[in-house]
Amino acid sequence: MRTDLIFVIPEITLLTMACLVLLVDAFSKDPLHKMTYWITQLSLLLTLCALFYYSPDYSYIAFNGGFITDTMSVLLKGFICAITIVVFFYSYEYLKENELLKGEYFVLGLFAVLGMMIMTSAYHLLSIYLGLELLSLSLYAMVAMQRESTFATEAAIKYFVLGALASGMLLYGISMIYGVTGSLQFTEITEIINSGAVDRMYLVYGMVFLIVGIAFKLGAAPFHMWVPDVYQGAPTSVTLFISSAPKLAGFAMAVRILVDGLFPLVDDWQAILSLLAVLSMAIGNIIAIAQTNIKRMLAYSTIAHVGYLFLGLIAGTASGFAGSMFYIISYALMSMGAFGMIILLGRYDLEVEKLDDFKGLSVRNGWFAFIMLCLMFSMAGVPPFLGFWSKWFVLKELVASGFIELAVAAVIFSIIGVYYYLRIIKLMYFDQPDTMSAIKASQQMRAVLTINGLLILLIGLAPNSLMQLCIAAFSG
Amino acid sequence: MFLDNLPILSMLIWVPILGGIWTLIIGDQQERMVRHFSFFITGVTFLLSAILYYQFDNSFSGMQFIEEFYWIEAFGIKYHLGVDGIALPLIMLTTFTTVLVILASWEVIDENISYYMCAFLVLTGLMNGVFVALDSILFYVFWESMLIPMFLIIGIWGGANRVYATIKFFLYTFLGSVFMLVALLYLYSVAGSFNIQALHEVPLELTAQKLIFIAFFLAFAVKIPMWPVHTWLPDAHVEAPTGGSVILAAIMLKMGGYGFLRFSLPIAPDASLFFANTMIVLSLIAIVYIGFVALVQEDMKKLIAYSSISHMGFVTLGFFIPFGIFAATNSSAGAVMGMEGAMMQMISHGFISAAMFLCVGMMYERLHSRMIKDYGGVVNSMPCFAAFMMLFAMANSGLPGTSGFVGEFLVILSSFKVSFWIAFTAALTLILGAAYTLWMYKRVIFGEAIREEVSDLKDIDAREGFILFLLASVVLLFGVWPAPIFDVMHVSIQQLIEHISQTKLL
Repeated sequence: MRTDLIFVIPEITLLTMACLVLLVDAFSKDPLHKMTYWITQLSLLLTLCALFYYSPDYSYIAFNGGFITDTMSVLLKGFICAITIVVFFYSYEYLKENELLKGEYFVLGLFAVLGMMIMTSAYHLLSIYLGLELLSLSLYAMVAMQRESTFATEAAIKYFVLGALASGMLLYGISMIYGVTGSLQFTEITEIINSGAVDRMYLVYGMVFLIVGIAFKLGAAPFHMWVPDVYQGAPTSVTLFISSAPKLAGFAMAVRILVDGLFPLVDDWQAILSLLAVLSMAIGNIIAIAQTNIKRMLAYSTIAHVGYLFLGLIAGTASGFAGSMFYIISYALMSMGAFGMIILLGRYDLEVEKLDDFKGLSVRNGWFAFIMLCLMFSMAGVPPFLGFWSKWFVLKELVASGFIELAVAAVIFSIIGVYYYLRIIKLMYFDQPDTMSAIKASQQMRAVLTINGLLILLIGLAPNSLMQLCIAAFSG
Repeated sequence: MFLDNLPILSMLIWVPILGGIWTLIIGDQQERMVRHFSFFITGVTFLLSAILYYQFDNSFSGMQFIEEFYWIEAFGIKYHLGVDGIALPLIMLTTFTTVLVILASWEVIDENISYYMCAFLVLTGLMNGVFVALDSILFYVFWESMLIPMFLIIGIWGGANRVYATIKFFLYTFLGSVFMLVALLYLYSVAGSFNIQALHEVPLELTAQKLIFIAFFLAFAVKIPMWPVHTWLPDAHVEAPTGGSVILAAIMLKMGGYGFLRFSLPIAPDASLFFANTMIVLSLIAIVYIGFVALVQEDMKKLIAYSSISHMGFVTLGFFIPFGIFAATNSSAGAVMGMEGAMMQMISHGFISAAMFLCVGMMYERLHSRMIKDYGGVVNSMPCFAAFMMLFAMANSGLPGTSGFVGEFLVILSSFKVSFWIAFTAALTLILGAAYTLWMYKRVIFGEAIREEVSDLKDIDAREGFILFLLASVVLLFGVWPAPIFDVMHVSIQQLIEHISQTKLL
């Protein structure tokens, strides 16, 4: 038990620091919550350090099989923390500007990160559920933080009700699996299924509910209804958060359940995921065309991206999972940049909501128009940007596993998707601006967003290292 | 000599791209500086390609000037460059044309000049990249990223309907290319390599070959473009600024042709044989039907755009005639001639269409109309211009003594080996081409000046004269002495014919 504790030191660090932030904020009278903010960032940094200092180069299953530390979990947790640092940076600028600054935002954020870390490392259906609920409950509260806004309240209630339903589905699935195998621990579940002693039909029945839960949380069609409303209704800083790091945790949850736990049922979940993937790509890409609100458009684009994410899982090979991991990390980077751009362009009295607010951006500010151009082409999957390689990677693994029809369907939907990304570029570059007002954002904000955008281009030019990291995560 | 160790192909790609980024840093405030610098960069790029030509070994059929190192080690994707006799003339064409494009936009473009020059310079680098890439994923990256600057060029500096045209252009070409990507990924799963030359050698079942051929066909036929997937071209040409039209017609279309030679034919020779008749019929439809379509155009740019499609029909005809010859005569005599004719047609069309678009551009700058009916009697006010345009119009209709004749003649000659009727139908272009080009010329240049503005037009200045003079010289030079081009590509084409005449079936 004592040795087991070493493997959860990052989580313990984060928990301790989150409690500290809670305390400090309670006694702080600073309206800007500077102290809270900096301690929050510090705690994420400390967690990152702890993560790499205490990461073993082998897999270790701790706490009676409930918790695993392996390359994938360390990498994903590292990215979750790093991404959250940037998210909090953007959020702080946004919250300050819009007078929404509350210390609870950061505390809840840290607890959400803790939830994500537990999901990433969970090796037991109940620990997955535990992490998921910690994440979800924090997110529900974060969406509802803008109390006066009816949109935010509506979004929060919708998110809560549908999220609770999804959790219910997940629990039901868990109970079915437990009923059949008599265990909740992934190694045992796999062994029992492999022994052939259980009825496959009940297993698949339970698995369907587990997949429904995963699809709900990731926002895959046909369980995507909450995504556009929450993305639009929540304050932009929260949307930014929801659309980045939790996707990584959602991916980890999918891998843990489907690959670590239910890999013997691979044929069955491949078929179900294929359906979800095609539906998500179709619904996401086609409905996004009709949107006039940028946050809603990005919401539908997320749905489509989740479809592509599933493609790597469907491939059913280690490198396919690596492709999905590459996809979700690049997606988080791009999504962060896109919402960062919305925060950058918005001001107190005028939040950037409509697509038309991007009109003539190249005239107003050529540099950030270029950054947005990189982000949009990247999301569309045009080389040499990062987004191309993520699509390339999953498609390659899909083709290698023989799912050529699915790959063809995926590229067809990606063409449809290109249209609405091009529309943003059209607005920025081909149209004249309605207003010539200068962009009012702090130097730090500009600098971080610039780095964020250039990373999309630079990793796109040299994707080797990130690809190798992802491959290493699944080579064990 | 120090030139021997120069990574010359990399420089062809990166000098213009870095130069383009530098023009942005110079910025719009220093307009003169931006123009001179861009001209300097394209000049350097052209000189680089001249060195390449000078050092190129005509007697060697394989790849030369090879640069190879790992780019994405995780999947064995290499930064692998090289040229053979097929790519070299196209690179020369690219670097030559971009010099003209920069010169041609010297005065017309006055807003966002640094963006404009940057877009063209980056585009040049990417186009060179397409022609020298020997790794299929590297090729694909260049091939697709090329769309971005072109999308912006049409969309920002284009005509009234530019947004429609540029989005159509992007989506159409993207649509074709993604299927090529799937085909490349499939080939990787079979061959275990992204190296284009390794893909040439991998044996494939006929069904697989057919599907691969169709995927490549979608990419290259859209680009070249073949009837019936040509509809993006007239729109893009008409709305693009002159420089954009020139690049589109002179180089981008050739990429489709290059793709056929580099991918479709050698990777799927049996499928090419299977589809040869279809391809020949499609080419003939392009030559004849699009020729008629060109005849009725009222917009000069549209007319030249359709004439380009019709001329590209000759290129695809020349590419697939060898398969017809294999099937009809069981030998490969005459096959090399057809394919060389098609290559020659690509090069020559690059010069002629560039010249025609520049001519229309020069008139447009003066009168701001592309409509034939707005002109008439231009010869009275612009005699020098009329003389140059006469030459290009003649070349466009395939007059012997101009480069336009050589390629068409060889392709027709080679078609006789397959069937008299193919040759006959293809030869109709000599009538149709003359009809639409010269009729337009007559209506625009000759006759009385019906509008006052036309009689007040200023003749071309020294800069414009220089551009047209350069083009006129190459058109005439290669018309009477095409040997420099044939010498370069002969061995490579011969080797390609040999390769595609052998079956790759298991």
